[in-house]
This record gives sequence, C-alpha cells and structure tokens, in this order.
Amino acid sequence: MTQATQKKAILSIEHVAVHFGGLVAISDMTFDVKEGELLSLIGPNGAGKTTAFNVVTGFLRPTKGEVHFRGIPLHKLKPHEIASTGLVRTFQKTSLFTTNTVFENVLTGLHRHGNASSWATLLALPSMKREEAQLREKVWEILDFIGIAHRANELGGSLPYGEQRLLGVAVALAADPSMLLLDEPAAGMNPSETADFMALLAKIRKRGISILLVEHDMPLVMGVSDRIVVLNYGKIIANGTPAEIQANPEVIQAYLGQGVKHAAA
Amino acid sequence: MKNVWTIIILAVLLTVPLWLTDQYYLHIVITTGIFIVGAMSLNLLLGYTGQLSLGHIAFFGIGAYASALTSLGFNIPVFWSDEFRIIVEPSHPALGILIGTALAGLCGYIVGKLSFKIRGAYFVIVTVSFAEVVRLVALNWVDLTQGPLALSNIPPAGYNLPLLGEATFWAKTPNYYLVLALALLSYVLIRRIVHSRMGRAMIALRENESLATSIGIDVTRYLVFAAVMSAALAGAAGALYAHYIRIIDPDIFLFIYTVTMVIMVVTGGKGTLAGPIVGGIIFGILPVGLRTVAGPEVQWIVYGIAMILIVFFLPRGIVPAVVDWWYRRTGKAPTHTRTQPPSQDSGDGKTGSNWNGAASEAMLTSKALSRD
Repeated sequence: MTQATQKKAILSIEHVAVHFGGLVAISDMTFDVKEGELLSLIGPNGAGKTTAFNVVTGFLRPTKGEVHFRGIPLHKLKPHEIASTGLVRTFQKTSLFTTNTVFENVLTGLHRHGNASSWATLLALPSMKREEAQLREKVWEILDFIGIAHRANELGGSLPYGEQRLLGVAVALAADPSMLLLDEPAAGMNPSETADFMALLAKIRKRGISILLVEHDMPLVMGVSDRIVVLNYGKIIANGTPAEIQANPEVIQAYLGQGVKHAAA
Repeated sequence: MKNVWTIIILAVLLTVPLWLTDQYYLHIVITTGIFIVGAMSLNLLLGYTGQLSLGHIAFFGIGAYASALTSLGFNIPVFWSDEFRIIVEPSHPALGILIGTALAGLCGYIVGKLSFKIRGAYFVIVTVSFAEVVRLVALNWVDLTQGPLALSNIPPAGYNLPLLGEATFWAKTPNYYLVLALALLSYVLIRRIVHSRMGRAMIALRENESLATSIGIDVTRYLVFAAVMSAALAGAAGALYAHYIRIIDPDIFLFIYTVTMVIMVVTGGKGTLAGPIVGGIIFGILPVGLRTVAGPEVQWIVYGIAMILIVFFLPRGIVPAVVDWWYRRTGKAPTHTRTQPPSQDSGDGKTGSNWNGAASEAMLTSKALSRD
C-alpha cells in the first residue's frame, strides 16, 4: 500500500501530551493516519496506547496539543459528537449491550442512520415506520458482513468471547465510520479466530475505512499494517513500515530489553 | 392471537363501571389507575434509562397543584406588599389539567438538565432534593397553596365543547373513563418511545453509557427527553387526582408515595411495558383485601414482606419471570427474522451488502417489489 502514503492525512495528532497530575502518560505525540491506511499503534504495557485512544475519541482531554479528523478539531468535542464526525472506536474491555440480543446491539449501533423526530415517533408517522424497516434490513447486512448472522437472536453477553469481540466491531461499523479505532480487538481470540479477524480487517478496508489499531498480537500487527507507530513511556520511538519496525534496534530494546543485543551478537 | 388479547383486555377495561357497581371498589380502581400512570411514567426513567427518580411524586404533585390552582384561581401578593398582586381568575379544569401537565414536564426538563452529567446515586439525590424543596414550597407558601390547610373545593374535571355540550364529572364513572383514557394514552406513547430509536438510545444509556456515546448517541439528550415525558405523564396523573379527590394538601409530596411507585415498578418488572401495570394492580388492590383483616400498621408489614419475597425470588420482577416461564413452556421466544435472503458478500465491497454507502440496487429492487 505505497500509494496510501501519498494520500492526505485523515487523522492528525499534533504534539499531544496527557498528564495525570504529576504522571506523564503521553509526553509528546505527533503522527497522522492517511486516508485508507491501516496504522497500528504498538508499545509495551503502560506505554500510553489506550490513553492516546481516549484522547482521540474525546473520552480524555489532552493537556496539550491538538487532534484533527478530516480537518475538524476534535479536542473540544464530546465523545458522541466525535462519533458523529465518522470516527468510531471500540473498547479494550469487551463492551456490548450484554442483556440485549446481537440483533438489538447492531440496531442500537445504527443510531446515527436514523433521523426520525420525537414527534414522528410519538405519532407513529409512516416515515418513522419506513425508517425502522430500513434499519432492520441494515442490521442483517452488517451481521452477514461480520459473519455472526446465525447468532442474531442470542444475547450479546452469552456469545463466546471471540464472537463478542466481533460483535463489538459490528456495533462500531453500524455507526457508519469513515475511520475505525480498534483497541486490542484480537485480545482473547484463538489463532484461527485471529486469522478470520485478519480477513475481516481486509474486508473493512476494502470499503475505504481507515483503521487505527492497538494490538499486542505481533503476527497480526505485522500482517495487516501499512505503517506502525511505536510508543514507549509516552513517547514515539519509531514510525515506519512493518519491515522497518522489525529491524529497528530501539523497538527491539523496548520490547525485549538490553540483553537481546548481546544474545544476538 | 395478540390482537385477540388486546380486544379482550380493552373490552374488560371499557366495561368496568357496568359490572363493578360497588362505588367503593370503583373508587379503588380509579385511584389505582392514577397510580399506575405514575408508575408507568416512572418506569420510562427507571426501567429504560436506568436512572432512579426518587422524587417522582414531585411531578405528580406539581401537576395536581398547578391544575387545582388554575381551576380555583388565586390572588397572591408579589414582593411581600399588598400593592402588587397577581390575580388569576378561575379557569376550566380541562385547561388546568393541560397546564399541570405542561408545568410538570417543564420541571422534568429542568431536573433533567440539572443532572445532565449526573447518574446513579447522584441522580437519586437530585430528584429526592427536588421533591423535598417542592414539598416545602407547597407547605409554606400559604398565600398560594393554603399550606397545611389544603386546597379544597377543587372543581371536578369535565368538558365544555361546541358539539358535545357541557358536562362535569361529579360521578365516579366518567372519572374512571378519564383515567382509563390517560392510562391508555400513556401506555401507547411509552410503547412507541421504547420501541423506537429513542428507546434504544435510552436502553443503551442504561446498559453501557460509554459504548453508547462511542457510537454517536447523545445520551444526555435522551435522558432529558425521558425526564420530560415521564414528568409530564406523572403531572397529568396528578392533575386528574386533584380533580377527582377534590382536595390536596402538601402531604401529596410525601416520600412514601414515590416509594409506592418504585415498588410497583420494581415488583412488576422494570423495563417492561406491563411491569408497572401488574405491580400497580397488586399494590393498589392489596390494601383493599387487607383492610378487612388487618390494621394499617399490619398492612405496611405485609407490603414489606411481599416486596422482599418478590425481589428475592423474582429479582427482575413478576412480568419478566412470567414471560420467561411462558417461553420455556412453549419454546417460542420472539425472534428477529429476515425479510429478504442473506446478501452474498464476496468481500470486494462492491457487489455485496452496502451498509456503508447509498442504497444498493438490491435494496432498491426489494423495496420496489414490496410496494405492490
């Protein structure tokens, strides 16, 4: 995907810093995601990856710096307003409407598609009924796309863990994103589920959705990413293609410690 | 099948005054009906957005006082001097009921806005405080509310329409139909809300607020909407109560009435449409059955025990337990089924399902087909 690097940035993060009191979670972070690109954000535990996610999606305010999505400054918007710009996230901890069925989860996710007014709802106008029927159609399309249509009538919370993660992605996709932020989507998946998930990522990208991925599963990251940004102690230590990152001595040191150099030598 | 049940239930409800000739029992049915509307309105907040309004009776009382004062008229000094007075002439009770409903809805809006970031325990505290403030105002603003002396001689509801002529609801039967009309209206409105996109947004707030905001749901907006609807319906119930009982005093704001509504919702099954009705019938009729065998103190003990037993054995309430039992017995749970065959998604994003773009050709043709 070399042409992706020539495209313009869809998300740009400029000199973002996040301090929790005296603790510096992110000291200075600058990178951008190009249109259609899949960029992975990796780093050891506590490097600030999820903090970066929370800043971009408005769940945290940055101490310094700015975030722009398609030219819109995000740092003053509320989370639901950011989602309305087309930037939609998933959560690290499995996050579902657990007591609702899979179908209802996705139907709720389609919130942004509907625009029936309160009056149309209270008066049960035909326009509102038409909209409902269209939303229900859409739910099936998304469930087919993700491949969990056979689970439609089961409760979200009763699915096997891997499918719960998929449902999380389905709910996010229902919100009609132009960019998706996935926080450790493959955590807890077995190898065959991970392989399926890689295929799903490719399918999502074919729809022109840019992806920012935080993930610990290195084979997955190396396999799907156009570019990788490595965070350590709240600082970016590397930014490049998977091949460049794998060869970067600073990254190896951050992940494996000093000893490896000697062992390799 | 479902329609048959609807017709049977409606037929029973519409004929109650014909076969329930004992006026005392009819009175119980009317007051129970009023409280059921209160419980249904509470359920919209508690059951669907998950926020417990422990001052819900305030909206009921505001509706009652506003409607009573509109129909009685009042004459109060402004700025503590006799030179400036606000004088309101008595109006028709129907106008009072509308004003009571609107004012309660406005108060719901204010409480909803005040607590825009407040959830759970803090929402409870805001609503409890609100109810207490309103009770103190009703108790101490003697010029307006007569304080503990109560507002009495409130005119009964009625109508004065060009074609139907004039009527005043002195008897119990027309009051029963008035309450029934409000209950049916509340039921239909609440059902439309909770089965819509708005209702899904409310349930999303209840189930997982951060997920809800992450998919673009402005949860505060729907919480405020639910608070307005809930308060307005409670206010309407309060207004009918005032014109039916025809005397109200600040005791209407007592905490015990809110608790009664909460008990109705929780035991019946919060977050279900039928829950508050079932709970309301049980806790509205139970006192009548107990009256002949036990004094008021014993009654409260029996309520308490009944409530503990129901919550202990049926934690989600009576209605969900019965519904689950029915589905297990018949093996038929409601399911979402496709209205068109699964789309063939080859994964290239062009021929397959098209939820990300404009309506696909497949969707357009299926719509064209379903039209004829």
